[in-house]
Amino acid sequence: MIGTLTTLIWRDVRQSYASGGTWLPVVFYLSAATLFPFVVGPDRDLLLQTGGGILWIAALLATLLPVDRLIQPDLDNGIYDQLITRGLTDELIAFARLISHWLSFGPPLLFAAFLASGLIGLEGVPLWTLLASLAIATPALAGLAVMIAAITAGLTGASALGGLLLIPLAIPLLIFGAGSLSDVTGNALLFLGAVSLLLVAITPFAAGAALKAARE
Amino acid sequence: MNGGQSTESEKALVADKLCCVRGDRMLFKDLDFRLETGMAGLLTGPNGVGKSSLLRLIAGLLDPFAGTVSAPASKALCDDKLPLDEHLSLENALQFWVKLDQRSDADMLNAMEHAGLDHLAEVPVRYFSTGQRQRVRLARTYLSGAKLWLLDEPANGLDTASVDRLGSVLQAHLKDGGIILAASHIPLPINFDLNLVLEPMVEAT
Repeated sequence: MIGTLTTLIWRDVRQSYASGGTWLPVVFYLSAATLFPFVVGPDRDLLLQTGGGILWIAALLATLLPVDRLIQPDLDNGIYDQLITRGLTDELIAFARLISHWLSFGPPLLFAAFLASGLIGLEGVPLWTLLASLAIATPALAGLAVMIAAITAGLTGASALGGLLLIPLAIPLLIFGAGSLSDVTGNALLFLGAVSLLLVAITPFAAGAALKAARE
Repeated sequence: MNGGQSTESEKALVADKLCCVRGDRMLFKDLDFRLETGMAGLLTGPNGVGKSSLLRLIAGLLDPFAGTVSAPASKALCDDKLPLDEHLSLENALQFWVKLDQRSDADMLNAMEHAGLDHLAEVPVRYFSTGQRQRVRLARTYLSGAKLWLLDEPANGLDTASVDRLGSVLQAHLKDGGIILAASHIPLPINFDLNLVLEPMVEAT
């Protein structure tokens, strides 16, 4: 079981880093951070006050970028069919996809956030709070991407629909994540952790059910 | 997912009053057959009659509408999809299935040789022709080490020499105690123990 999981995850991660798809969210993220000071002006205080929130929104949008490549290709070439024929469950396949997607999405996004914070001038406690909140949220963002990819697989206009699906599901993450930036008690981070755990926990089942439905 | 599958009688492929509905249409009903170890079945019938659906149903990809099917746990499905990473060379792409099915590199070389692909090992899969792709699908089935082979039009796009080679591999698999169920409109050079003819259902209304 563990061997199978490792094989599945390793294939996805290697493919993702080899195809360069991993760096797309990073480039997007840095572009957003570069453009932001042009929009609000170079006022340092204003940038510090709003910068964290903008970086959070950018993280959310970066989540959408890889959605069309997460499930659809393997569904099309029958890899999931073959895995089911071998007796694997849809939930296990979705779980493996969640882990492999996080491995190729989470660390690069955190790296990009670190660089982007420098562009905006975040440092000290706000910088570490932002990185901590993103670190807590990336598994949930990866989970949302996998769920949306599985639900929209095979539909025309999947990417537009994906955006619509992401927004309501991501609001709790955004509230507590961006909220943690101005919250000195640290409670927002705890709530963020709770929401993140919940989304991660339902991802294998929701995405698994969608994969099963896609076969019908 | 394993709705209609029982764990007993793992050695044979048994369908009992099997019934399949796709969309709103009933494709077949009350289908009974039994394939023991070392037996081969040929599935025939006009297009759209439910041959592929029956194979997918046995593979566990569809749930039966009614009835049960029990099949050996180790089964391989060879359909029109090519479940390999196309940008990788054939041997690297097959490595994924070698690891997943816990096979050895020798098994992989063997499977490629039986499918007549040994000279293409280093060519990326995306450059393959129709016939070569079909041979890759077959090689992946040989490689799986599964007991039950479900073959959907295995001879599609193959030249005569390849069909003969396919026949001898199928023969060897039966000898090793395997089971084969093949849907094919191209005559396959092996003896089938069972001829399963699916007829189009007449609408009751």
